[in-house]
Amino acid sequence: MNNVNDVLNVLIIDDEEGMCLGASRALSSTKVFIDDLKVMVGFSSTAVHSYTEYKNSIIDKKYDLILLDYKLPDGSGLDILQEINEQSKETLVIMMTAYATFETAVQATKLGAYDFLAKPFTPEELRNSVRKAATRFVLAKRAKSFEEEKRKIRFEFISVLSHELKSPINAIDGYLKLLKEGSITPESENYPMIIERSLIRLEGMRKLIFDLLDMTRIESGQKARNIKPLNLTPILNTLIEQNKYLAQQNNITVNLFAKDEISIDADQSEIEIILNNLINNAIKYNKPSGTVDITVNDKQNLIEIQVKDSGIGLSREEQDKLFNDFVRIKNSDTIHIQGSGLGLSTIKKITALYEGSINVSSQKGIGSTFQVTLKKYLNDTIYPKIVT
Amino acid sequence: MSKIKKNILLVDDDVDYLFQKKLELEKEGFQVFTAHSIKPAKKILEETSIDLAIVDLMMQEKDDGFVLSYQIKSNWPKTPVIMVTGVTAQTGLEFDNITENEKKWIKADSIFTKPVRSEQLVREIRRLLANE
Repeated sequence: MNNVNDVLNVLIIDDEEGMCLGASRALSSTKVFIDDLKVMVGFSSTAVHSYTEYKNSIIDKKYDLILLDYKLPDGSGLDILQEINEQSKETLVIMMTAYATFETAVQATKLGAYDFLAKPFTPEELRNSVRKAATRFVLAKRAKSFEEEKRKIRFEFISVLSHELKSPINAIDGYLKLLKEGSITPESENYPMIIERSLIRLEGMRKLIFDLLDMTRIESGQKARNIKPLNLTPILNTLIEQNKYLAQQNNITVNLFAKDEISIDADQSEIEIILNNLINNAIKYNKPSGTVDITVNDKQNLIEIQVKDSGIGLSREEQDKLFNDFVRIKNSDTIHIQGSGLGLSTIKKITALYEGSINVSSQKGIGSTFQVTLKKYLNDTIYPKIVT
Repeated sequence: MSKIKKNILLVDDDVDYLFQKKLELEKEGFQVFTAHSIKPAKKILEETSIDLAIVDLMMQEKDDGFVLSYQIKSNWPKTPVIMVTGVTAQTGLEFDNITENEKKWIKADSIFTKPVRSEQLVREIRRLLANE
């Protein structure tokens, strides 16, 4: 691999012209491959010969790596070292000096020098030092941007979460105040409605908290997974039964097309999260008197679960963002439906644990079909049947 | 105040918020129309003579409030718009309509951060209606 992915800017500060030329030449032909990141780094160098020139050179350019002479005609390299470390923690400095005593080395290291080269040094010694510094620089930069990205995601997540938790509190708070100030009394026409709405918002909040716990448990990997042979069919029947009340409210028929025995090695609670979210969604986002067809296909080492509803359907744009955290499709069809926006993103995270996937095909106004595939036996190791 | 009730359009994607604010504003003597998104809001604006609109920023999309207030100002330039938002508390993002640059793209007469106190909102409604 000879393509350079990243070029580091190197500043050479030395009053000896020969030193500057030699170092530039050695660097121009040097490339460093950073194995951890599979990145090839090259160098572009600039040379200055005094403290004054150095000051001018940093006005409009930032350097990643500095090769710094200990003794300059108009100042000490140590002053520059101190300035650099006060300004930017990222820039790495390699000190070069003919006065290579233990004391100067200690002093330079204390002031933040990354490495120390005793003059005279060979181009190979220079390259070795630069190679080490470049690796450290690129890894540190990458780690920093990764940390920032993580911080940003966490911040966004918490912001949305706090909004999702605040809205039901505000709604219930508002209703209670209406009751307190007597704007609405048990005799008012709206009284049953505001009690019902308060309970619905509370239930939505409870669901959000449960979904959040499910999600964090899966994401953190803290939850002890209990993988054992399961039969999917009775689990599905139980979940359909649990969602029966919700289905009856809108006169929705739920059909199951599956063999009596469908085995998979899995954690029961994870499977229940997947299936319950799919069934619950198919009922919630359905039309009155609609149907939900659940089909399970048992293939060699793969289980395909299809949940098809005759509901409100999804547009192309809605389908694209559906599996992200806190995505709730808001439109006139869904305004009265409660949801945490975490169900499908959690399913997606779980299916990944089973080397599987989740997909949707949908037509606005006609319905959606969600298809989940899961590997039955991970690592293709089939558990031996225990004979008792 | 004139004897005829002023028409206020309230746009927010939280149905409970709509119900509660509608009740509050009706008590203050306004006629209140509600919508939960841009589309029904525009239908009301087309069919009814709206004197003032109160628009939530984040609805279906994060910037629906900006879009709607821009559309109101383009089609009904005399209708005052109050934008209500929880965006600052949520994202740390701050904006206002004070500088010229902000006024260029934020077409609201006033901006309030949620939660908005009732008296404060009513005072602002009266002030904007009096300027009309």
